[in-house]
Amino acid sequence: MYRETQILEESPLKEAADGFLIINVGPQHPATHGVLHLVITLNGETIIKVEPHLGFIHRSIEKMCESLSYRQFIYVTSRMDYLSAHINNHACALCVEQGLQVEIPDRAKVIRVLMDELTRIASHELWWGAMAMDLGAFTPFFHAFRERETINDIMEETCGARLTMNYMVPGGVMADIHPNFQKRVKDFIQLYKTKVHEYDEMVTGNVIFQSRMKNVGYLSAEDAISYGCTGPVARGSGVICDIRRLYPYEVYDKLEFEEITEPGGDAFARYMVRIREMNQSIRIIEQLIDNIPEGEFQAKTKAVLKLPRGEFYSRVETARGELGVYIVSEGATTPYRIKFRSPGFSNLSALDHMVRGGKIGDLIAAMGTLDLVIPDIDR
Amino acid sequence: MWSLSKITNSIHSWLNQTFNPVVATILEMVIVGSLVIGLFAMLGLILVLMERKVSAWMQIRLGPNRVGPKGSFQTVADTLKLMVKEGLTPKGSDKFLFNLAPFIAMIVAMLLMAPIAFAKDFQIWDLNIGVLYIAAVSSISVISILMAGWASNNKYSLLGAMRSGAQIVSYELSAGLSIISIVVLSGSLSVSDIIYSQADGWWIFKGHIPALIAFVIFIVAVTAETNRAPFDLAEAESELTAGFHTEYSGMKFALFFLAEYVNVFIVCAIGATLFLGGWMPLHIGNWEGFNRIMDYIPSSLWFFGKTFFLIFVIMWFRWSFPRLRIDQLLNLEWKYLLPISMINLLLVTLMAIMGWHF
Repeated sequence: MYRETQILEESPLKEAADGFLIINVGPQHPATHGVLHLVITLNGETIIKVEPHLGFIHRSIEKMCESLSYRQFIYVTSRMDYLSAHINNHACALCVEQGLQVEIPDRAKVIRVLMDELTRIASHELWWGAMAMDLGAFTPFFHAFRERETINDIMEETCGARLTMNYMVPGGVMADIHPNFQKRVKDFIQLYKTKVHEYDEMVTGNVIFQSRMKNVGYLSAEDAISYGCTGPVARGSGVICDIRRLYPYEVYDKLEFEEITEPGGDAFARYMVRIREMNQSIRIIEQLIDNIPEGEFQAKTKAVLKLPRGEFYSRVETARGELGVYIVSEGATTPYRIKFRSPGFSNLSALDHMVRGGKIGDLIAAMGTLDLVIPDIDR
Repeated sequence: MWSLSKITNSIHSWLNQTFNPVVATILEMVIVGSLVIGLFAMLGLILVLMERKVSAWMQIRLGPNRVGPKGSFQTVADTLKLMVKEGLTPKGSDKFLFNLAPFIAMIVAMLLMAPIAFAKDFQIWDLNIGVLYIAAVSSISVISILMAGWASNNKYSLLGAMRSGAQIVSYELSAGLSIISIVVLSGSLSVSDIIYSQADGWWIFKGHIPALIAFVIFIVAVTAETNRAPFDLAEAESELTAGFHTEYSGMKFALFFLAEYVNVFIVCAIGATLFLGGWMPLHIGNWEGFNRIMDYIPSSLWFFGKTFFLIFVIMWFRWSFPRLRIDQLLNLEWKYLLPISMINLLLVTLMAIMGWHF
């Protein structure tokens, strides 16, 4: 069946005749963290080419959103990048609010930022554990989950869910924070600060880990820009691209935090960006947790939302990079077209460029530092 | 000193009195063979459970705790599960080699049991070239891995097998050289002679720093030889799914699994024998009182204590280090470990000639 199609004429089958080894990594493979399918061409252990095949978890979320109302479609987006569900919802809520011209209360703004940053830490924690596991160290995964569970508990109390949270709604947040919220977040910060040195001792400072990560999967700043990489991947190549700084939303312009960039461009630089970003998120949370303003948590909005005719775009910084939400409205209660610009898709496109000429182990290391979430890529 | 030799000697003389010598020898072989198989199965059960408990302890979790008291029968349940599973032979594989490979892995592990002294005078075969025998037989294990990788007709398996071939052949060298440094010090290839030469102190203490270096190199090299993390490139779960045993299932997989753990036990036993005195209690020079007290601890406890300590160290490696890359692995051996162990061997030889060791 495939032999007759045009697509495969210039791809793997022909190279197999040249003595190269073609391996399907995935869709079921321990290192792809989901159903990513990579067709890699090998010369011995050296990688000649990597070709990602997508679509195994495509649920046509963008099409589904077209038949859902402006209140409903936000819930679907939690299932895109499930590790930063809050931030996805946040981007959609921002876009709808932009269309409705609603100003949301200060309390809602601060709660949203707090949730975003907690999500970012949780996401980076999971990435850190999975990254170490990709390189063959199993123990850090459990240590990462120890802290991540605390965040999940906080989320569960306030939002009612642990993974696919649906807390942000157009106009603010769905419910007020739980009375225990502030105390538990402070406890978490305390826990994090006492445990964070273990991360460096166990993984960052490890000789084997450093030799696996340094000078691996190099991506120059120019390439990062031309592949459209965002988030920690681009910042690991020294590109300044933090949406929270460049196009501040909510209260980010009033906060003190650094945009982390590392000039290295290799896997270790991307690793360090994420590790240092967690500390910045802690810093943001510390600034806000005692200063949550009193007042409403949700602005008054109509029961049925209707966006005026036109196009709306909003962007936020998720744990993986820039998430853009583009809504085309015809003035109805449902969007005419929705497009998500997901960070994982562009980041994945740079993989082939990064790992050519490396070994199989380098592919796994470089792929780990891209922090891929497959439902985010396929949608 | 309390010894098992009285029991074995009485059995031996009883058998020889009751039967004619040929039958007696055959019966002794049967007894020893069944004991080895029993030990083999016990080691598999204990070491798998130990690995799971050690990893759980390091990973802040409980580990198996449902089957039997504190989960101690978990591996029995696992073994039963593996036994009733279907052992698939994939289409397109070389059926003969595919089915033979796990047995070779097992047989090699069993053969290595022969010269190990489990307690005072408790050794299956005290041959005069025991250490050479160990080095020679243990290198056969690479054949089973290559065979499994090639016969599976799977690219992951093939890559795993090729990695493993390069790795085991390389690390055999430095393991061998560090074994030789102890042979040079003790002046004998026989396992029991090496143990008796440590009666006034273990080689790791008597041999100054060169013996310590040899010990460290030995531990690194045998970790690589048994394909354990951080050198588990042949399996490399996150890269090659399961490496050379990707296609194996059921009992054939279990044999590989068992052979890996028994190999770990054997290399640790060899390490304990060569560097930590085997079953020899801790003796310090002329401290008569201290030495007498140490002698009251049974020699089998000394042997298993030292061996399980080394096994724990190797498990500790596995649960804390990331995996090396294949080129880094070979660099480590050929650029660092091999030259160091060669120079170290020269130092040891000099030390032995000049009589500088205690």
